[in-house]
Amino acid sequence: MLAKRLIPCLDVRDGKVVKGVQFRNHEIIGDIVPLAQRYAEAGADELVFYDITASSDGRVVDKSWVRRIAEVIDIPFCVAGGIKSVVDAGKILEMGADKVSVNSPALARPELISELNHVFGQQCVVVGIDSFFDVASGQYQVYQFTGDESRTQKTRWLTRDWVAEVQARGAGEIVLNCMNQDGVRQGYDIAQLKSIRDVCNVPLIASGGAGTMEHFTQVFQQADVDGALAASVFHKAIIEIAALKAKLIADGVSIRP
Amino acid sequence: MQLVIVDTGCANISSVYFAFKRLAVEATISRDAAVIKAADKVVLPGVGTAHNAMAQLQHGELIETLQSLQQPLLGICLGMQMLTSHSMEGDVPCLNLIPGRVLPMESAGLRLPHMGWNTLHNISSHPLLSGFSCSDYVYFVHSFAVAPGEHALALANYGSDFAAVIGKDNVAGAQFHPERSGKTGARLLQNFLEWQL
Repeated sequence: MLAKRLIPCLDVRDGKVVKGVQFRNHEIIGDIVPLAQRYAEAGADELVFYDITASSDGRVVDKSWVRRIAEVIDIPFCVAGGIKSVVDAGKILEMGADKVSVNSPALARPELISELNHVFGQQCVVVGIDSFFDVASGQYQVYQFTGDESRTQKTRWLTRDWVAEVQARGAGEIVLNCMNQDGVRQGYDIAQLKSIRDVCNVPLIASGGAGTMEHFTQVFQQADVDGALAASVFHKAIIEIAALKAKLIADGVSIRP
Repeated sequence: MQLVIVDTGCANISSVYFAFKRLAVEATISRDAAVIKAADKVVLPGVGTAHNAMAQLQHGELIETLQSLQQPLLGICLGMQMLTSHSMEGDVPCLNLIPGRVLPMESAGLRLPHMGWNTLHNISSHPLLSGFSCSDYVYFVHSFAVAPGEHALALANYGSDFAAVIGKDNVAGAQFHPERSGKTGARLLQNFLEWQL
């Protein structure tokens, strides 16, 4: 039976792993390669590396760390951040990444998703979506440039519509980052994930809000997501992956031991 | 031992190269027919679409080379699919080294692509699968598959059964990604290195 995936997310800035709260106040957690290796050995099912500076400040970012990760890691990993073209994605995949994730550049130019699908195949194309619940309108809205608070801005897309659009353009997986929950460890946004699950026919990965092991059980059982992404609870050793997997198995969730 | 990874121009070549390097084998990546023919063992990786990958082989004049190999040949993911007679992904003829057809997965409503860690069953005693058990998980990413048949060496299930590993004579292939399947995947690659015909 296909297992649900546990996905530590490593936010990368200048070759270091960092973590902020609600996208702000980034603190350095450690070097990328040893952290990645530690997670693979601890039982992570997949890793995501977000180069959080890349999309927002427009410069060419050194991605040679992708090759160093590919050398030591024997589980799949995805690279996100600053991938604006087929050429950018090709370099990352050539260095050994299994998938690329696009976010702000896909919002600026949605054809990018179709182009990546055409050249590399659907399985390589992940679309990351930063979704914010606007209390005034009662709507979930897509934001862009979330790596840099001064440039973060609302887009014209409602989250549901953008989810439909990226699937129509050939996305192979969607990572839904629920911004209201990010970094505050109060639980995944089950209501939003359930609502998006209904319109998402490709694998859906929950992101933002994990604080306790119970939050993972809830998101798998109540929102039927394919994977759950988390950062601080793993980086700060609040949750050990082995213990989390044991609990999820005991709760009846399909998990790779 | 001379291990050659066929340079299909596909995306997972580095991953496959590094996976063998972790097993202390330095592979040669090549699209030169003479180098491929002279290898002790050959790996055919592949990610993308069957149509593009077969076009790459055709362009490199590698189809006959691969068909003439007598040494062990391992196809990975799309590389495995290319070992069969035909793929419905782009409706292209393949290498025809192992009888079988690649068809869209019958996932019984489960979401596609089939992406993630899954188990194997009906595991044969083929040397490639030495040490494998039904509790081992391997990493899959695909939407097309080969139906179970006489050349299936192990099956997996996603809505319906499909061939996770196929083999015939000197040729074998894995639908999953051994280079991304942790210790279980490394075992398959090690078994391939040790495989004696």
